[in-house]
Amino acid sequence: MENITQIADVMSFTVIAAGLLIGLGALGTAIGFALLGGKFLEGSARQPELTGMLQTKMFIVAGLLDAIPIIGVAIALLLIFANPFIGQLGG
Amino acid sequence: MAEHGGPATMTDYIKHHLHHLEMPVGEGRFWVLHLDSIFFKLLCAAIFLYMFLRVARRATSGVPGKFQCFIEMIVEFVDTSVKETFHGRSKLIAPLALTIFCLTFLMNFLDMIPVDWIPAAAGAAGVPYLRIVPTADLNTTLAMSLTVFLLIQYFGVKHKGIGTFVGEMFTAPFHAPNTVGKILLAPANLLLRLIEEAVRPISLALRLFGNMYAGELIFILIACMTLGASLSSGLTYVMAPLQFVAGFVWTAFHILIITLQAFIFMMLTIVYLSMAAEHH
Repeated sequence: MENITQIADVMSFTVIAAGLLIGLGALGTAIGFALLGGKFLEGSARQPELTGMLQTKMFIVAGLLDAIPIIGVAIALLLIFANPFIGQLGG
Repeated sequence: MAEHGGPATMTDYIKHHLHHLEMPVGEGRFWVLHLDSIFFKLLCAAIFLYMFLRVARRATSGVPGKFQCFIEMIVEFVDTSVKETFHGRSKLIAPLALTIFCLTFLMNFLDMIPVDWIPAAAGAAGVPYLRIVPTADLNTTLAMSLTVFLLIQYFGVKHKGIGTFVGEMFTAPFHAPNTVGKILLAPANLLLRLIEEAVRPISLALRLFGNMYAGELIFILIACMTLGASLSSGLTYVMAPLQFVAGFVWTAFHILIITLQAFIFMMLTIVYLSMAAEHH
């Protein structure tokens, strides 16, 4: 195990990367969802008869919004639990 | 967790679960067939066809059964979505939307089956690796989105004619009043158009894949909570109820996600196709 410091380096950077991936993704989505939900409530309060149509559209946008952070979470989890880079070190 | 399995065992478990049943058909990593994805996708398609054919054959205009009501609900839901978005006439678009919605939903729904059931059963039968969710495989989602991409181009040519279709590549979205301006703006228009077209299939495929992959990975992590647990250890009695609650909560949330992603894939297909059919 002469490359143990290298493995430790990879691990620590991986954890930081995963934290950034999840955290920044969550930050962006939180702002996006707040805007989306707020505008939806505003819109349906102004014109209640359009609520159904707005709800469908809101869910479409919610799904679009959802995708990027969840991809980030998937990559972060993969990096933490099945790190491909440690295998490359031969550890 | 570390006392039970240790990180090495857990990593092995996860890696084993993320490994496809592969069949190499040529040189290198590119020419590999994922047999499990293909099999389960065909299985889902068969289930979908069987359900809808059965109802269509036995459909009555009298008092419908519960199953017929259910199928009719789906068909009407897709039909309204298509009518709201697509204003032209097309015999292709509504059946396509219905197929995409039901097939994607069925494939996503395989994620709801506990992660170890089918792989363990297959392992006992001698199959070393098995991943049962076809949409958690980028090949499947990319295949679907590339098909949609080709249909977008076909729709564009069919509804506008080849002349307008090619012309629009150079004249939209930036319009110019005279010939010199048109020539100057043509490269920018073409570049924007190419980026727009290239981004669509990739984002469509990655969105579905990312959601399903993350969902599957979280299910696997929940399964890891009692990995290598024994009844003699006190930690097992803490982790087991925790695992149950976590699994329940994530499953309940995931039902929403799988439906939403199937719906979005369908909706975006309709939106893209209607955009391709409209004149600028």
